[in-house]
Amino acid sequence: MTNPKGRFGIHGGQYIPETLMNAVLELEEAYNYYKNDPEFDRELTELLNEYAGRPSRLYYAEKMTKDLGGGKIYLKREDLNHTGAHKINNVLGQALLAKKMGKTRLIAETGAGQHGVATATAAALMGMECVVFMGEEDTIRQALNVYRMRLLGAEVISVKTGTATLKDAVSEAMRAWTSRIADTHYCLGSVMGPHPFPTIVRDFQAVISKEIKEQILQKESRLPDAVIACVGGGSNAIGSFYHFIEDQGVRLIGCEAAGRGIDTFETAATINTGRVGIFHGMKSYFCQDQYGQIAPVYSISAGLDYPGVGPEHAYLHDIGRAEYVPVTDDEAVNAFEYLAKTEGIIPAIESAHAVAHAMKIAPAMEKDKIIVITISGRGDKDCAAIARYRGEDLHE
Amino acid sequence: MSNIRKAFENGKAFIPFITCGDPDLETTAAAVKAAVENGADLIELGIPFSDPTAEGPVIQGANLRALNGGVTTDQIFAFVQELRRDVKVPMVFMTYANVVFSYGAEKFISTCKDLEIDGLILPDLPFEEKEEFHPLCKRYGVDLVSLIAPTSGSRIAMIAKEAEGFLYIVSSLGVTGMRSEIKTDLASIVQVVRENTIVPCAIGFGISAPEQAKKMADLSDGAIVGSAIVKLLEKHGKDAPKYIGAFVKSMKNAIR
Repeated sequence: MTNPKGRFGIHGGQYIPETLMNAVLELEEAYNYYKNDPEFDRELTELLNEYAGRPSRLYYAEKMTKDLGGGKIYLKREDLNHTGAHKINNVLGQALLAKKMGKTRLIAETGAGQHGVATATAAALMGMECVVFMGEEDTIRQALNVYRMRLLGAEVISVKTGTATLKDAVSEAMRAWTSRIADTHYCLGSVMGPHPFPTIVRDFQAVISKEIKEQILQKESRLPDAVIACVGGGSNAIGSFYHFIEDQGVRLIGCEAAGRGIDTFETAATINTGRVGIFHGMKSYFCQDQYGQIAPVYSISAGLDYPGVGPEHAYLHDIGRAEYVPVTDDEAVNAFEYLAKTEGIIPAIESAHAVAHAMKIAPAMEKDKIIVITISGRGDKDCAAIARYRGEDLHE
Repeated sequence: MSNIRKAFENGKAFIPFITCGDPDLETTAAAVKAAVENGADLIELGIPFSDPTAEGPVIQGANLRALNGGVTTDQIFAFVQELRRDVKVPMVFMTYANVVFSYGAEKFISTCKDLEIDGLILPDLPFEEKEEFHPLCKRYGVDLVSLIAPTSGSRIAMIAKEAEGFLYIVSSLGVTGMRSEIKTDLASIVQVVRENTIVPCAIGFGISAPEQAKKMADLSDGAIVGSAIVKLLEKHGKDAPKYIGAFVKSMKNAIR
């Protein structure tokens, strides 16, 4: 799906300062070697299975299915992974790769804090130093995750520039990487940034769709009709889609954070409202003004609050292979509460965007149709913020 | 080939960087004129970008002040047209790839030609991606200036061989900003550059004092100074041009 220069159609590429070029070339070379190394594969599989708790469950949500009265709904339970989200899949892969490359220090950006927690976790496990960049706004929204990262031994740097959210955390992590490269690996958390990151992160997350395929064939003896996942940068979505891309009968649906609606400026629905641009190392869709200034974006979900989208999603959109739909804050919060009450599962507010869209389309689907929703993370981290959204004066 | 080579004909070149619209375009015009009157050989005009990932806090601040003041690419083009009546030294734009891409690369680069803008510096456009804009730059006679970093190693020769205008040698790891000490072995980098191109090279990132500028210019063909000038704008605002004039004079005298 990617050519050697890391292009997905017109998207992707390596738009980064010269200072970082040798670092990404070195990373690409190491990755190309280790991805075919049986010993690397064995070590990573062991980490994923024994440490992170894979394979994650594919759970038949019977009550939800009956309540919505349409297609059969399965939940891919990435929330049950160690550290509570899909982020650990990528982080264990990258940390192991960094270690093989002789790096002793990991830096990372984080939005909701899940990727930061996963990186801090892997660093603790592998005896590496760890620094996490997090927008100041997000350190407030996700205070508990800040404490978690510190508890795991990471240093958390609160980023005050720009909008003080995920985009600025990425910028600051890139700046930090240019000043210290020799011993440091930038553990990027999504399928974005310069080549080879979108490919590396996708490959490490592709375990999600590999498992879904095996599990659904075992349970239903056929492929699903739709796979639904939320999209910020898009790592859990590409992980959920990847092994179904060639299966044209499987609808792939990415749910973008519409915030207060795609007809407002308070949105983070990049594919629905943005246009092609070049930022953070890649060509892709970005929310921007007419002069190419990156727009401030908004979503209730810190993990989806990003003005760009991974280049492979941009490409899947261009060729019409995947659909990208907007889901508002209100719809996501309703879905958050719905899944808690209906199935006893509290999803991350990010994942609740995918649940919300499934709630829209499932009732109109025939009963023999199958929908898989990826629950990318668990929602404990969001409870206080959602309570406040509902007007309760709850603080952590 | 553009006029950039003329900037290197008066001894070592002094190249100041100024962000357009920080704090307003009137001040930028006065600052550029003050720099030129006091010996600046080439002007790097920054077009502000919302998320300048190669910049340290000082130039990030300049970008923010300029954008908060409401300056746009179109206003900057109109401003440069006016400025060109008085300013005859070569000028280049320094901005980010998205500012050019989003404006429409051909429209942007052909406008550069109309404005007698001699070159374009895009810190997020490495050698591997220069095809994005290079064919248009060539068509309109605008030099696409390449950067070389302390980490470039085996890439230096490859970059130098295709260099045009001048080569921007990044003195240190990290982002723009003032540094007390520059430790990179710049002499070796310049040597490889010389072996591969006749295009002049200037050193930038971290230079703020005359003796430092002299050291850098002695190693190469010139010194580029950004953050130290932007600091004067940050401190003095509309009154900054006279301080910038005095600063440029001291720097040019030191490296001459």
